[in-house]
Amino acid sequence: MNKQSVIVKNLSKSYNNKVALNNISFEVKKGELFGFIGPDGAGKTTLFRILATLLIPDEGSAIVESFDVIRDYKSIRKIVGYMPGRFSLYQDLSVEENLKFFATIFGTTIKENYELIKDIYVQIEPFKNRIAGKLSGGMKQKLALSCALIHRPKVLFLDEPTTGVDAVSRKEFWEMLKKLNEKGISIIVSTPYMDEARSCNRVALINNGEILSIDTPENIIMQNDQDILAVKTNDLYKLILDLRSYEKTDTAFLFGEYVHLCPIKPFKDLVLLEEYLQSKQHHDIIIKKIKPGIEDCFMKLMKRSI
Amino acid sequence: MDNKNNIIEVENLVKKFGRFVANDSLTFEVRKGEIFGFLGANGAGKTTTIRILCGLSSPTSGKISVAGFDVYKETEKIKKHIGYMSQKFSLYEDLTVKENIEFYAGIYGLSRNEIRQRSGKLIKKLGLEEEKDMVIGSLPQGWKQKLAFSIAIIHDPDIVFLDEPTGGVDPITRRQFWDMIYEASHNGITVFVTTHYMDEAEYCERVSIMAEGKIVALDTPAGLKKTFNASSVDEVFLKLAR
Repeated sequence: MNKQSVIVKNLSKSYNNKVALNNISFEVKKGELFGFIGPDGAGKTTLFRILATLLIPDEGSAIVESFDVIRDYKSIRKIVGYMPGRFSLYQDLSVEENLKFFATIFGTTIKENYELIKDIYVQIEPFKNRIAGKLSGGMKQKLALSCALIHRPKVLFLDEPTTGVDAVSRKEFWEMLKKLNEKGISIIVSTPYMDEARSCNRVALINNGEILSIDTPENIIMQNDQDILAVKTNDLYKLILDLRSYEKTDTAFLFGEYVHLCPIKPFKDLVLLEEYLQSKQHHDIIIKKIKPGIEDCFMKLMKRSI
Repeated sequence: MDNKNNIIEVENLVKKFGRFVANDSLTFEVRKGEIFGFLGANGAGKTTTIRILCGLSSPTSGKISVAGFDVYKETEKIKKHIGYMSQKFSLYEDLTVKENIEFYAGIYGLSRNEIRQRSGKLIKKLGLEEEKDMVIGSLPQGWKQKLAFSIAIIHDPDIVFLDEPTGGVDPITRRQFWDMIYEASHNGITVFVTTHYMDEAEYCERVSIMAEGKIVALDTPAGLKKTFNASSVDEVFLKLAR
């Protein structure tokens, strides 16, 4: 038995002369919760459309559950669930009608697979007679996920399910994904939110059609370990400017209430920096060494690839 | 109220759609030159409030002034004194960089001379000299966002409203965007911003959090964290909005 759910080799795709995917390769193991993390325009949607057999690559191969995305596209469509980034259900059908429609298309019934979608669907079931176009964003998302699951797929492709969604609903959505994953469904999900990496077993950081790094979130952080100082003073705006004009600074970027400073060479002593900031009239100075987060790593890898 | 240091004053703002109360008696003010974060879950009523403050929709009741103008009677004056940008609505994809700048500057009523001057200055500042005759559609997303922001403040407004301006943007561009926000604020423009990135809430001078049509908290990020015994605004948000 093949242990891989998805195998992608040297995949490329361009639109006119614009490269969307540039020779990318990766594998997703069966039962994994795998995340593609990257900004708009990184190539995430192109990749997901190829995997869902909706788009033909220019070069390379993609295998989903042992089927080839071009030759065996019909077999793939039966066993994958796909939730596109844009809401793609029938706006003028009710919640229940949408779900029934997708169940029927795949030759099954709501009853047969109710157990799988129950946790999610139960939250929108009170509104089952409402037309889908009149649902709130969060409810649409739950309905779309229910429809993508109704035929009990082996693999779930979710393209930016949490984009534009508030922090609370995002957390809830990831809790739902974890539960589904525990039921044995392989899940491949894309997101522009770097903090969501920690909910995945493994992630691929993707930018400009290229994969910057693939590993567990912990390993990515370990491999990109670098000296980072979190600095905070009474005046954040002035701090950024002053840190950028400091001779020992490589980069200085805002991170929440702190500025993350990457020095050109590791600091032996933090006193010099503190004195520099004092000379620039900062007070309430806090300087501490920290471990990088996924976002620090992404920025570092991004800069290297430019 | 009627404090000279306030650029936006809102007293008991109510907006109903039929029986649904989208904004339930909001009272707050925004100070001149500050960066004000306007947070809330999807459906909490943020967009309704922003539309009213921009003069695009009338409140059901309440006393509201923006840049010294009344939101019932002086909406056209309000529109001249504000800038607006969102991720969804920004620039014309099939116009060039220069054409977009000139078009918006013209809409905002700048003179030909001013348009020429400011357009040249802006193109230089953003480093778009080589791209100035390219259509917007061909530019990377991050550049578009930065250009859209610059255009939203090309007429030197009193306030700029930013509705999720950084959605989907890469982490470096997102921070460069905030550098620009800080600079605008430093130059005296009040910034009213919504975001789903909770780290960005920390960059604001004050933050309000809305839930179910009401403002449930309003303070500095440090004050919010202290009050709700949390280590980040994200944590505060999760406590209040869930």
